[in-house]
Amino acid sequence: MANTIVLQVARYRPEVETEPVMQDYDVPLRDDWSILDGLNHVKDQLDGTLSYRWSCRMGICGSCGMTVNGEPKLTCATFLTDYAPGPVRVEPLQNFPVIRDLVVELGDFMRKLPQVNPWLVREEELPVSHGEYLQTPDEVDEYKQFSMCINCMLCYAACPVYGLDPEFMGPAAIALAQRYNLDSRDQGSPERLEVMIEPEGLWGCTFVGECTRVCPKDVDPAGAIQRYKLTAATTTLKRLVFPRGAR
Amino acid sequence: MTAGSHDVLIVGGGGAGLRAAIAVAETNPDLKVAVVSKVYPMRSHTVSAEGGAAGVVGSDDSLDEHAYDTVSGSDWLCDQDAVEAFVAEAPRELLQLEHWGCPWSREPDGRIAVRPFGGMKKLRTWFAADKTGFHMLHTLFQTSLKYQDVKRYDEWFVTKLLVHDGRVQGVVALELMSGRIEAITAKAVILCTGGGGRVFPFTTNAVIKTGDGMSLAYNAGAALKDMEFVQYHPTGLPFTGILITEAARAEGGWLLNKDGYRYLQDYDLGIPEPKPVLRSMELGPRDRLSQAFVHEQEKGNTIETSYGQVVHLDVRHLGAELIDRKLPFVRELCLSYERIDPVHELIPVRPVVHYMMGGVHTDIDGATPLDGLYAAGEVACVSINGANRLGSNSLPELLVFGARAGRAAAEYASTAPDPAPAVLGQARDERRRLEQELLHATDGSESISGLRTELQATMEASAGIYRSGDSLVKGADTVRELRERFRSVALQDHSRTFNTELVAALELGNLLDVAEAILQSAEQRQESRGAHQRTDFPARDDENFLAHSLACREPDGSCRVDYLPVTITRWPPGERVYGR
Repeated sequence: MANTIVLQVARYRPEVETEPVMQDYDVPLRDDWSILDGLNHVKDQLDGTLSYRWSCRMGICGSCGMTVNGEPKLTCATFLTDYAPGPVRVEPLQNFPVIRDLVVELGDFMRKLPQVNPWLVREEELPVSHGEYLQTPDEVDEYKQFSMCINCMLCYAACPVYGLDPEFMGPAAIALAQRYNLDSRDQGSPERLEVMIEPEGLWGCTFVGECTRVCPKDVDPAGAIQRYKLTAATTTLKRLVFPRGAR
Repeated sequence: MTAGSHDVLIVGGGGAGLRAAIAVAETNPDLKVAVVSKVYPMRSHTVSAEGGAAGVVGSDDSLDEHAYDTVSGSDWLCDQDAVEAFVAEAPRELLQLEHWGCPWSREPDGRIAVRPFGGMKKLRTWFAADKTGFHMLHTLFQTSLKYQDVKRYDEWFVTKLLVHDGRVQGVVALELMSGRIEAITAKAVILCTGGGGRVFPFTTNAVIKTGDGMSLAYNAGAALKDMEFVQYHPTGLPFTGILITEAARAEGGWLLNKDGYRYLQDYDLGIPEPKPVLRSMELGPRDRLSQAFVHEQEKGNTIETSYGQVVHLDVRHLGAELIDRKLPFVRELCLSYERIDPVHELIPVRPVVHYMMGGVHTDIDGATPLDGLYAAGEVACVSINGANRLGSNSLPELLVFGARAGRAAAEYASTAPDPAPAVLGQARDERRRLEQELLHATDGSESISGLRTELQATMEASAGIYRSGDSLVKGADTVRELRERFRSVALQDHSRTFNTELVAALELGNLLDVAEAILQSAEQRQESRGAHQRTDFPARDDENFLAHSLACREPDGSCRVDYLPVTITRWPPGERVYGR
């Protein structure tokens, strides 16, 4: 096995380049090095001007999503040896405006997030002195999977619908809405549904399933969306049949 | 000239910062509150906390027992009034988080489940599997979105506190996306920037943990308290330093040396039992366990790997079902980063820098002696942690004292005068400094990563698990040299747009400040207590050092260390007893 591997890294500095260019860097090919370790080697030893985001390096903060050989990946949890002998192409996440090099603009997602009311809604908020809202382990399991999202944006980068229509709420935001809908303590699903039945909400999804395939935390946004659609359809139907509320 | 003007400005969007923001909004909805953070809030390092959050909930438990465990765990260096307030408010804060939707693990009947933890005599650690910090942070962040008036400055790096007329009146910050450097003024500032584990080479801490808030406060004239107390967590993965949670031992994992022997029994930590025993063996406090590793290494009982000496953490006997239910992240991390499956294989681990017991000196409400400046979470030192923090006390700490600091700052800001126009002149000077000394400087000869690597190696060699007067003096000399060389650091990147090299340079400056405070405080504490172990002064010395160190920056740039007596309410200093 060669002891180095080539990282082909997309560079874009708005003051320098009018469009992205690829730059090659030779980095050590070590057994336990992630793509992120390779980028850090570039940054520290070869080229201090390369910009990218990272923080926890253990797959939980969601900062270091990039496109690796065409696939959206968490670079801290993707290893160089899996791409040997290389080269490995590292580009910014697709479907987002690029700020600089491998750094993309997340403002769109950050604006969408509050729209789905991602907090516990209660008709009557009991005082904390009342103690905990009871919730059995099975009830936790109902929504737990959808609470595991780290907002890494890989699903948005993979979603062809979001690629075509940036107004689409997108996989992570819908999965998060569903996380609260399925929480036995929550009573906010009617309000969330109002947002979700808008054209850019649930029904935008054409069930391609790419979001679930690329999710590094097995959140299964596609499953969340399908299940949500079923609820939405039933609720809409009920509203037609029982306009004053079902009994 | 100013990016914004607020009543309360919170620096840092992790657990403490978000809790503080909500507290300000709830205390006085008329106040303008903002959170400025160098990363998006959900990237903050709270996200990496794994094992749990302590708060008395069981009928067989009591606040006094939690307090006593914390006090003895701290080797009597905590302030007992702060600890009493902390243990009393922790359950309420954890319940508040439950009401906000945190997916705590549950008992079959639907009540909150609790697990054992190191140094705790009762089961009182709430958990969300082994991603407790992740769930707490996302719950806080998502809940904070409900408070739409909380303004956020995401990806803004604070470089300076604006102090005028003896009052903190805002900050200067760099917006990463645009590169603009602006004042953000405020009547009160709360520092919630977390710790500074990156001052050491081998740490569980995320790369963002560079002691920013400690450095900001230190340079504004506030004191850093108990900085010599650095916690080594006994179980980090070699090479990466990724944390394997104490919950792995709380659920029944064993620490084994090269002979498969549970070596902790040789270090006055109890006798090995098949099932975990509270405050015993693998459930002893972190300082004692990390120190035991060093002795095992000296005896030749550790295992050599390409990334240094290790011991083994054995969870195989717990079985796949329990591991998947209660320790899924441990399995995920081992599979990803060690390519081993802990269900069938031993986990290699070694002590790793994890937490700063010290930090910005505050009172019980998070207030510093500098008017208008507050601090909460790991950046602060109230102190409830003293010389050694117990596992699962830091998450409730950031809730309890984040909320307290938020309320206190809100009250202060309700009557404080508006920021003075004079601070804008300071902001202009700061902008000029950053541009001239860093952004536009082309003649430097030193590399950021080179200096950072030297600094980290110096800290490990001079202020590790065991220190001596000689090693600390030598370390301080080296750090002084590094600080000199830092003045001729070279940036290759002169772009305004998302200049991460500029951020790394600013962070390196902060690391140097933190390193200096650690070394000076450690050199002057001529005793051994908790996580501060001096080979030349191996005993605890209550007569001279039952006191907090306070490190202050002198006008000439040097570091002066003073002392402040510890507050004792009900538990006079005694022997720390584990396993007997």
